[in-house]
Amino acid sequence: MNTNKIRRDFPILKRRVNGKPLIYLDNAATSQKPEAVIDALTTYYKKYNANVHRGIHKLSEEATQAYEETRKKISKFINAKSEKEIIFTKNTTEAINLVMYSFGMQLEPGDEVISSVMEHHSNIVPWQFLQNFGIKLKFVDINEDGTLKIEDYEKLITPHTKLIAVTHVSNVLGTINPIKEISRIAHKNNILLLVDAAQSVPHMEVDVQEIDCDFMAFSSHKMLGPTGVGVLYAKRELLERMKPFLYGGDMIREVSLYETKYNEVPWKFEAGTPNIADVIAFGAAIEYLEKIGMKNIEKHERELTKYALKKLSKIKNLEIYGPKNPNQRIGVISFNLKNIHPHDVASILDQEGIAIRSGHLCAQPLMKRLNIQAAARASFYLYNTKKDIDKLVQALLKVKKVFKQ
Amino acid sequence: MSYDMYQENILDYSQNPRNKGTIENPDLHFRDVNPLCGDELEFFVKLDKNDKITEIKFQGSGCAISQAAASMITEELLGKSMKDLINYDKKRILKLLGIEISPAREKCAFLSLRALKLAAYSKLGKKELELKEKLDEEGLGY
Repeated sequence: MNTNKIRRDFPILKRRVNGKPLIYLDNAATSQKPEAVIDALTTYYKKYNANVHRGIHKLSEEATQAYEETRKKISKFINAKSEKEIIFTKNTTEAINLVMYSFGMQLEPGDEVISSVMEHHSNIVPWQFLQNFGIKLKFVDINEDGTLKIEDYEKLITPHTKLIAVTHVSNVLGTINPIKEISRIAHKNNILLLVDAAQSVPHMEVDVQEIDCDFMAFSSHKMLGPTGVGVLYAKRELLERMKPFLYGGDMIREVSLYETKYNEVPWKFEAGTPNIADVIAFGAAIEYLEKIGMKNIEKHERELTKYALKKLSKIKNLEIYGPKNPNQRIGVISFNLKNIHPHDVASILDQEGIAIRSGHLCAQPLMKRLNIQAAARASFYLYNTKKDIDKLVQALLKVKKVFKQ
Repeated sequence: MSYDMYQENILDYSQNPRNKGTIENPDLHFRDVNPLCGDELEFFVKLDKNDKITEIKFQGSGCAISQAAASMITEELLGKSMKDLINYDKKRILKLLGIEISPAREKCAFLSLRALKLAAYSKLGKKELELKEKLDEEGLGY
């Protein structure tokens, strides 16, 4: 993998921030976009902008084909059985909400959903809403090393448990959860499994049939694609049974004044004009990732993670959260410098042109569990280099100097 | 795409549809709607004890392409067997129509084949999801 060549494909990486070359280490929040994705967006608007599905004219035909082509690409990318199992949403959060409304709200009072303390808010808050309908919410804990306490599942599962919702990779700890094992536990107990794959699909090979999950959610913008597009993968037999999510145009088969027959899966779940341009450009992002190869990307990031863990652990009074073993985690590293608030760390790093994230990282329950208020987080992608990590380490030493530590 | 789509025979079949009507107590019956434009077609088929098609009718409304295709396929299938119907594919319909169909109009052209196949497959006892997967395989899904 030629990182220098890859970097040239990303126009934004030429930018300077506060007079310094940009070092972008906030990839877990959103990734940068290659020229090919930006081109796909503008080409659509310049050459064949039209609404999809109902048009007979040429532009509409081309737009429909390009839009549906992305569905096929995604289906292959995650090895779904059919592209009918791919639903476009606006982001991961909306994909999880779709499952909550179309599946969760069909549960009975007394049924149970198991989430975990490791989750992003998007995989906790939607399930909380079901509590209003008498559905019970339970949480799997973590071990001290930041791995999931797998043995909790068997303790929490009852005959009323209907869904396990869990992240594939933690957006704070970087932990890669043993998702196949969780899938086995779920199905052994007749429970469906929803996987939040927002932090995994962009960074490693993910095979939905191998995992055998029932639902999987992820976002385009974290994997080189545009914002505004999310994906829900779901097994077709579930989608056929589920109620629609949003109601209105495009999700219908036949409408009369007082009743409607809904469209086939997946369009039953895609009401209204979809995000055509961004979906098409998302297709270009998938093509780009496939060209580089997910195995290569994962290997590159694993090397960066190893290197970063080694370098960062040498900084005195810097605490790293999550597994110490780089094989158990991905290129998401959250940390704190003793007695310095992560917002202050991020501000000083920004002066050096380094972009990291700081705060509760959309995981307040996990912050509470770790006994911290907030954390700083550096996260890598295919265009990052060891040099970026060296710069990060230098800048962190500067932070300590500023705070006279 | 050009005006070639509206050749004499297409106009004739759509304006003077063959086998239009209904059948009481049909052996195969299916109604299908094209969700993209609202074209609808309903088919009625009578079979003898050897599963030979002895009577076939359709009713419904829609564009020239979908109506012509329905007329033509009913004419073609009369006297054939249910097995023949199942063996029909998209190529056969295109040959019947004798014109090039743009991707946007494929659903119109194949709506009747889709409805008849759905009728036949449900008669054979296929479940709803199986039906849909079978149609996807044949390129007749939505």
